Amino acid sequence: MEPMIQARELTKRFGMGCERCLESTGPDQETNRCWHCGTVLACNGVSFDLYPDEALGVVGESGSGKSTLVRLLHFEWEADGGSFVIHRNADLEQLPGLFAEASHYSCNLFGLNSFQKRQIRNALMGIVYQNPHLGLRMHVSAGGNVAERLLGGGWRNIAAMRQRAADLLHRTEIPVERMDEPPANFSGGMQQRVQIAKALSNNPLILFLDEVTTGLDLSVQARVLDLIRTLRSELKLSLLVVSHDLGVINLLCQRTMVMKYGRVVESGLTDQILQDPQHRYTQLLVASQL
Amino acid sequence: MLMREWLDSDASLHKCGYPFGFLDDGAKKEVRRCLLKAIAIPGYQVPYGSREMPIARGWGTGGIQITLSLILPDDILKVIDQGCDGSVNAVNIKKFYQSVADVDITTDTTAATVIQTRHRIPEEPMTDEQILVLQVPYPEALREVEPSEMETRRMHAEADYGRMWLYLYEDIVACGEISISYRYPVTVNGRYIMDPSPIPRWDVPKLHMADTIFLFGAGREKRIYAIPPYTRVEPLEFDDHRFRVEDFDGKSCHRCGATDTFFDEIIDSADGGRKYCCSDSGYCDKRMAAWNR
Repeated sequence: MEPMIQARELTKRFGMGCERCLESTGPDQETNRCWHCGTVLACNGVSFDLYPDEALGVVGESGSGKSTLVRLLHFEWEADGGSFVIHRNADLEQLPGLFAEASHYSCNLFGLNSFQKRQIRNALMGIVYQNPHLGLRMHVSAGGNVAERLLGGGWRNIAAMRQRAADLLHRTEIPVERMDEPPANFSGGMQQRVQIAKALSNNPLILFLDEVTTGLDLSVQARVLDLIRTLRSELKLSLLVVSHDLGVINLLCQRTMVMKYGRVVESGLTDQILQDPQHRYTQLLVASQL
Repeated sequence: MLMREWLDSDASLHKCGYPFGFLDDGAKKEVRRCLLKAIAIPGYQVPYGSREMPIARGWGTGGIQITLSLILPDDILKVIDQGCDGSVNAVNIKKFYQSVADVDITTDTTAATVIQTRHRIPEEPMTDEQILVLQVPYPEALREVEPSEMETRRMHAEADYGRMWLYLYEDIVACGEISISYRYPVTVNGRYIMDPSPIPRWDVPKLHMADTIFLFGAGREKRIYAIPPYTRVEPLEFDDHRFRVEDFDGKSCHRCGATDTFFDEIIDSADGGRKYCCSDSGYCDKRMAAWNR
């Protein structure tokens, strides 16, 4: 099977950079900050493939570059190097407007301008952040939050949008009679579910989950994870799951990458990594978790 | 000497060293270049170096600078303030033009070559020989939803208008209809969302595929934008919640009897009764004169 997304050598650095950055950072040096020039290599040489309907986990401690990776792929930050390709398939060709053109696929998406990136993001991607304040407008109604992505995608019928928003909120277990209330009135778990509804509103191909269950209590965590699993099997989504929690990764992902100090130290099938970790850091992680 | 006496005296501006039209050639050139850019990119806000004028910023200086950089000695000017030729802002701007440019002033829309207006578009249809200059207090249509100038510029560049539409969605959810009464946002040429200045909804359809050129000047905010002739100007609307103009059904002007114009509502201070009269005073006077003949 063809991979849907190919990411190669993704790099993000904060600082000027020098010729000794590469050798002086990374898991072996136990830092991601070059001591020659002070540059932080938040993400360096990260490559992966993501296949249709697959869930890829990214696991690592704080500061390992997991969230940086998501921000690069979601076009929130400019990458300093690397390529990001979404391969064409039948779904992509049905996209409206400007980006149905063949020339815009199977090219490095980092080379597009911000207008084109936004079009691609609106059409193909969804994201759920750890902090609902990043993904939601807290003082706009929950239905409006879902509708915002539809409006950005060119929907111009209020009744149809409200219907779609009600469907999505129903699926994510938000009482539909509360859809005109702002998420500021909701509990943390409900806000997270509204975020999921919003991320799914445009039928994305790829859903980024950035620490979605961190900060929720255990029973709510279980419900949110359950919901994501159900939606994934129903909607045929590809997931990129970022978490420091091996339990979440184990539950959701077939394949996993382990990151440390901005680099990938180990990648493979999730079962394999959990049962038979090769890298010293992964061994430590698994031992401390399970 | 008081400003008023000085303006009326022989030593008025252009007679004492000011060039025709008050602005120097460099300033006029810059404004004209910005106008050309604005016309080339319909609905795009072009920044310009708004000059200090002998009128306070926010009193129509943007419109005044555009008019002054365009007028020639044989132009005929009309200046209106909310449709009225005789209100304070319009009268003072007209006096200023007469003292610095010595052009003819009219109240007749069809006779004018350049019309400067605040918050109204005249009722009578205009031709491709005429230029309409609008004074703009707040040029940024997205300011309602985004306070940061940097962010609104990015939103315009990326055509990221989801939040503006969301504003209308929320309005409909809360009120059952779109409750914007003036400054109704429009999409120009299918690309930029533009603030048509605080004209009532009544005037918005007049911008669409018009023969006339519309120039917008915001002096305080230092922006110029334009709608060239025969350009698509579409108010933001939904399939199931269409844009509507004000409803004056069953009302007529108490002076000239017109039923097809935008009305001002006048409340009689003695008995509290309501009367309506044409907001476009020049048009109303013209109808009265024809009636009397």
